[in-house]
Amino acid sequence: MQKIAMDRISQLFSAIAAERALYLPMKKKGAVNFGKWEEGAEADLHALHTVKSPKDLFFPQSEDLVSFKMRGKEISVDAPDAPDEKFVVFGVRACDARGMDVLDRVFLSEPVDTYYQARRENGIVVTLSCSAPEETCFCSVFGIDPARPGGDVSAWIADGSLYVKALTEKGEAFLSGLSLLEAADEAEIEPAVRETKAVMERLPLKDLDLTGIDGNATEKLFGSEKWAELSRACLGCGTCTYVCPTCQCYDIRDFDTGKEIRRYRCWDSCMYSDFTRMAHGNPRKSQVERFRQRFMHKLVYFPANNDGMYSCVGCGRCVAKCPISMNIVKVVKALGSEAKE
Amino acid sequence: MGMREDTLIPKIGVITDIRKDTPDVKTFRAVSPEGGVVFKHMPGQCAMLSIPGVGEAMFSITSSPTNTEFMEFSIKKCGCLTDWLHQMDVGQQITIRGPYGNAFPVETELRGKDLLFIAGGIGLAPLRSVINYVLHYRENYGKIDIVYGSRSKEDLVDFNEIKNEWSNAENVNVYLTIDREQENWDGHVGFVPNYVKEIGFSTDKTALVCGPPIMIKFVLGALGELGFDKTQVYTTMELRMKCGVGKCGRCNIGSKYVCKDGPVFRCDELEELPDEY
Amino acid sequence: MQAVEKAIKEKARALLADGTVDRVLGWEKGEYCYDNTPAVFTAENLDSLVYNSFCGANLSKYLIAESKKEGRVLALLKPCDTYSFNQLIKEHRIDREKVYVLGIPCHGIADVEKLNAKGIKGIERITEDGGKLIVQTMYGEKECELNDVLLERCMACKGPEHMVSDDVTEDSAPVELRKHDRFGMVEKLMQMTPDERFEFWRSELSRCIRCNACRNACPACSCLKCVFDNDASGVSSKANVDTFEENMFHIIRAFHVAGRCTDCGECSRVCPQGIPLHLLNRKFIHDINENYGEYQAGADDSSAWPLVDYTQDDVEPGAIKGGKN
Repeated sequence: MQKIAMDRISQLFSAIAAERALYLPMKKKGAVNFGKWEEGAEADLHALHTVKSPKDLFFPQSEDLVSFKMRGKEISVDAPDAPDEKFVVFGVRACDARGMDVLDRVFLSEPVDTYYQARRENGIVVTLSCSAPEETCFCSVFGIDPARPGGDVSAWIADGSLYVKALTEKGEAFLSGLSLLEAADEAEIEPAVRETKAVMERLPLKDLDLTGIDGNATEKLFGSEKWAELSRACLGCGTCTYVCPTCQCYDIRDFDTGKEIRRYRCWDSCMYSDFTRMAHGNPRKSQVERFRQRFMHKLVYFPANNDGMYSCVGCGRCVAKCPISMNIVKVVKALGSEAKE
Repeated sequence: MGMREDTLIPKIGVITDIRKDTPDVKTFRAVSPEGGVVFKHMPGQCAMLSIPGVGEAMFSITSSPTNTEFMEFSIKKCGCLTDWLHQMDVGQQITIRGPYGNAFPVETELRGKDLLFIAGGIGLAPLRSVINYVLHYRENYGKIDIVYGSRSKEDLVDFNEIKNEWSNAENVNVYLTIDREQENWDGHVGFVPNYVKEIGFSTDKTALVCGPPIMIKFVLGALGELGFDKTQVYTTMELRMKCGVGKCGRCNIGSKYVCKDGPVFRCDELEELPDEY
Repeated sequence: MQAVEKAIKEKARALLADGTVDRVLGWEKGEYCYDNTPAVFTAENLDSLVYNSFCGANLSKYLIAESKKEGRVLALLKPCDTYSFNQLIKEHRIDREKVYVLGIPCHGIADVEKLNAKGIKGIERITEDGGKLIVQTMYGEKECELNDVLLERCMACKGPEHMVSDDVTEDSAPVELRKHDRFGMVEKLMQMTPDERFEFWRSELSRCIRCNACRNACPACSCLKCVFDNDASGVSSKANVDTFEENMFHIIRAFHVAGRCTDCGECSRVCPQGIPLHLLNRKFIHDINENYGEYQAGADDSSAWPLVDYTQDDVEPGAIKGGKN
């Protein structure tokens, strides 16, 4: 374990940014999002969550896949080079780090998504331990420890210093290149870790019960009458999807620039009415079915395909951001009794 | 300079022949710019075809893998992209990527079996690939029955191939039907599910069914009445798809992705899926 | 507001009992005290109905769907929600006969993000004491004035009057209206040079994630099929294919609701990125007021609104001013 005094942290950022692009939580007009650090910029390491999760850095909201030129009956295909920006994303919370494990399951399984893979290989994830979890947090329900986050390097803020520890080879190589760091004893962060654990014990959602809600629950939960009630106020917007660190559905679209056709992919939401619409009809006709799909996918279908891993990490973004305050916690609680039967 | 490879980056297909099968179905023949098939596939698998700027969609590959000279796609006109495809001429290039999805288990479960093909309308497209594959390796399969129906005589896809090749093949019975009486038609008249019951197939066969959802539903009922077990029946599904590799999320039903885990499902597997198709 | 909640429930129970209505559109108590969800109640579950300073969602838009159903629904509308309701009546989106409007008093709606910004985090319970919010948090008890954490829209409150109602719940302890310069920020933007203004909006709109929450929450956005959901439109997209579209989505939407927007502020309330979208709409309202005389959309349910009405006094198009060049 190594450390650096917090009052020298911009020197550390400067040193990192000299080698690689550095992305940090930064406040812009009241909203905290990951942004590219530049000399003089101020990071917001105290905000618990960014509005958008760091998934944006690996699976951008919109990216060009390929472009076409049309000449008479001929088509020429041109693919952009694989993303090659070497970068560090600093300040990823434990929940979001797990979110990336979820995305890995999707994009790195065969056939590998080379766009995502390239960014994953080029990026170093530095996580940051949580010191002040909030009422919307329920990561521990999914076995996540916010005081011991994953990633390539874990970081803690304790006693006026930033402590770092490499978890992967990539993380190790990265830290070894930072001469500003000095050696530290692991015991120095223990009080901070204990403090986080104590807060976790007071979280109102820490006992959210997932009993019976798992990969085997399709038959039990799909036909539940609760869905109609739960989805009644749903606006059918994509807020929950787009702030979610694990939602990964996408659309592929063409955009005619006048010179060429750019085929790009962008985030999509199963909450949108056109998600499954086909020329001859839509198998999910109403918001009830679309709403159900989102939660069944996170809580049942995804675990069924991924050794029980839920595609929810308890970050609480949807809890905080849904315009009508409907969210996965309310869904889990409402389905609870049926799930246990 | 080699181009980057990713399943989402398509290849070019050149249209070398266009056949008008019915008033709203055309069969397009495509080859790679160097000649030959754009990629290899197995019967039942699909490909993503597109005209950049118009759209991209999943179509079943109609030709048999035994044909290594070209690929064929029978496409019904029913939307923006298919309208465009129907207007194009020979020589036009399109983009193709694939193959996607599973295939009918021609080399495993279906080997050595008597096969019953049941198709309605454009639903013959994926089965045609299997039929021609099976006829190519005739010795590996038993008796073959083909029931095919359409709205009218004009709507029967591949009528010439059916009449001239399949009907004359050894140990193959072809049963054609159309929905309503028509001049110059002395064959059977009536819906496919009823015809299947009328013929009364014995249950020592494996059935492969494809057609409009409503036809599939009633054919499954008819086969059930004849005593077929759900494990003896295969069908293919169609849902909206974008990526083709089980990542974009669009064709997700239950824990399955139709593009990757399907489009071919055995009916007992299908029954386990939530009713959302 | 507890007394008001009690009065609302009593009234609702009576109307359900005598058959005037068969259901109630209100807000259901959430996990905490601030995450209330719009919901439909019958006598059986009416106990979970809640009314407090966190019932922000404007229920008017739900009445488009609700009034298409059998029976009659009791709708709880805050004063500013009644403007949206009236406007929807004017646009023939709601069947007035199917709705019983109960006007309910409002002392302003609190914005949880403003509470958080004041360092009040880890909220477990909030009690209201007059104009004060006493907040129980995981990190101790905190206090603040409701007036200091109001939603943007409440800073430009249109007043305690309901523009339409079948009955009104009395306010036993009315509060004084906050005085706020509704067009202050609009005028500030108009004073900017085009470059400054462009920079302002770029910086705000670049955060847009195209979640469509603003559109889907907006009572004026009641098209059955939005142009932005139409593949064939050429402008349809989920995400920004480029920065142009990012801007265009909001600007086109603002144009489309111009003259019909009641300034209910739902767009800004629901935006996960905190983009002050209401400023686009207020600019239109500002200009309509200036060019066609004072006009408040939704103040009545029948008059033609300035942009669809021709009078000889209408301003000549050439007189429309741009910003400072």
